Amino acid sequence: MWVAFKWVLKRDLMLAVRGPSEVLTTLMFFIIVVSLFPLGVGPERETLMEIASGVVWVAALLASMLSLGRLFSSDYEDGSLEQLVLAAHPLPVLVLGKIVAHWLVSGLPLVLVSPVLGLQLGLDGETLAVLILSLLLGTPVLSLIGAVGAGLTLGLRGGGVLLSLLVLPLYIPVLVFGAGAVEAVRSGLEAQAHLSLLGAFLVLSVMLAPWAAASALRISLD
Amino acid sequence: MRLFSKDFWFQFASPKTFYPFAGKLIPWFAGVAAVLTLVGLYIGFFVAPVDYQQGNSYRVMFIHVPAAWMSMFIYVVMCAYAALGLVLNTRLSDMMAAALAPTGAMFTFVALWTGALWGRPTWGTYWVWDARLTSELILLFLYLGYMALRSAIDDPRRASRASGLLALVGVINVPIIYFSVKWWNTLHQGASVSLTSAPTMAKTMFAAMIVMTFAFWAYAIAVALYRVRLIILERERHARWVVELAERER
Amino acid sequence: MNWSSWSEFFAMGGHAPYVWGSYGVTFLLMAIEVFLLRRRRNAVMRRIRRLARMQRETNE
Repeated sequence: MWVAFKWVLKRDLMLAVRGPSEVLTTLMFFIIVVSLFPLGVGPERETLMEIASGVVWVAALLASMLSLGRLFSSDYEDGSLEQLVLAAHPLPVLVLGKIVAHWLVSGLPLVLVSPVLGLQLGLDGETLAVLILSLLLGTPVLSLIGAVGAGLTLGLRGGGVLLSLLVLPLYIPVLVFGAGAVEAVRSGLEAQAHLSLLGAFLVLSVMLAPWAAASALRISLD
Repeated sequence: MRLFSKDFWFQFASPKTFYPFAGKLIPWFAGVAAVLTLVGLYIGFFVAPVDYQQGNSYRVMFIHVPAAWMSMFIYVVMCAYAALGLVLNTRLSDMMAAALAPTGAMFTFVALWTGALWGRPTWGTYWVWDARLTSELILLFLYLGYMALRSAIDDPRRASRASGLLALVGVINVPIIYFSVKWWNTLHQGASVSLTSAPTMAKTMFAAMIVMTFAFWAYAIAVALYRVRLIILERERHARWVVELAERER
Repeated sequence: MNWSSWSEFFAMGGHAPYVWGSYGVTFLLMAIEVFLLRRRRNAVMRRIRRLARMQRETNE
């Protein structure tokens, strides 16, 4: 079973490496959105520091929503998704493989770039560390939840916007606690409660989302 | 006894049998809703006294709290029907879920709107991002997403199963948010605002609120039954009994 | 009785816009919901009759 997981993971990673333009789009979008805020809001250090946690997190959320469409669509179009669904291995495991690959390629880069953007907005020290940690815990949750939405909206017209509408209510708690963690530390408070809750979301979504996404795929492909 | 026979109840799982049954129920629930509304409004405006602190603005509560309760309750019932439909594959369960959604969304909006209008004179602001208000807003998005997904899918079977799954995934969200109200207390000390002060309320205020809750409940049932009948007609539009019914209505 | 006159009732102690804004919008939305449902019913009936008529015509 884990052989199949690793196989799907490797396959998706190889495909991503061969066609990196899609991958870079997510990263560039993230960087651009965050960079727009100082231009729009003004370069006042105080203001930027106050909104930094929210800005980075919302940008990560939007970048994540943008990248979700790609999770299943290319496989759906060339028929390999149906092959995966019909395979002898448990579909949730295969789906988890795809989600992990997707996160490594779309989510992890955001985590790695975030300290630079944080610095740009005037954050430092412990705040940056919490920023990285919150995104490290949160972006996989976004990928996992997003996979369910992507599975449900497979092949539908108006797909991207509809997908965003569907996952948005489920993303909000992640956003609240992710940005909240950073903001707490910036104000000198403890972020432990926020981060614990993010961790709980991660555990919960790893257990439930692959199964839900697999069900969604079966519903969409039947 | 017929009531204890499984067959008696299962006949209502068929849209054709359920349609006239629902039709008989609607006038009763509509009547109850109208009467209870009048009674509740009477108590709320003419019996319940002016509030010492809030003046007359608190009377919004007689709409706000029942609407909020209904918004949650309808979502849970909707999910129950969706689960039934997914597990048992009964069409009528899914139709009931679809029938409930717009009414649930309406109550959610009403809860948010009236909450804002109550909040302004009472606490000085139309909105605050605390756990309760945020979760109610999320609930509205869940309803809208449910309806949007359903309308985006042409195949009725896929539409019902996909939206059913979505509703159930959303239900996981709701207790997580409500549980986090406790966390919010520790994170933002003193910022929690209680919008329901039930036990310390004057009896007349409490009575008005309860009566309005049941009024909304009866309204929701009447409207949902009416809507599910329309859904039945739309889905079964080629069936002989439906055509005959439509011709008779002329 | 709480109110000594109708104008007092409508004024709601200065909170009129909030109270009537709430009740007004709520009952308006309910009325709209019922109105939309009736309109949908008429449309459905018309559609069913039209489909049945077309079916009869293709059978002839």
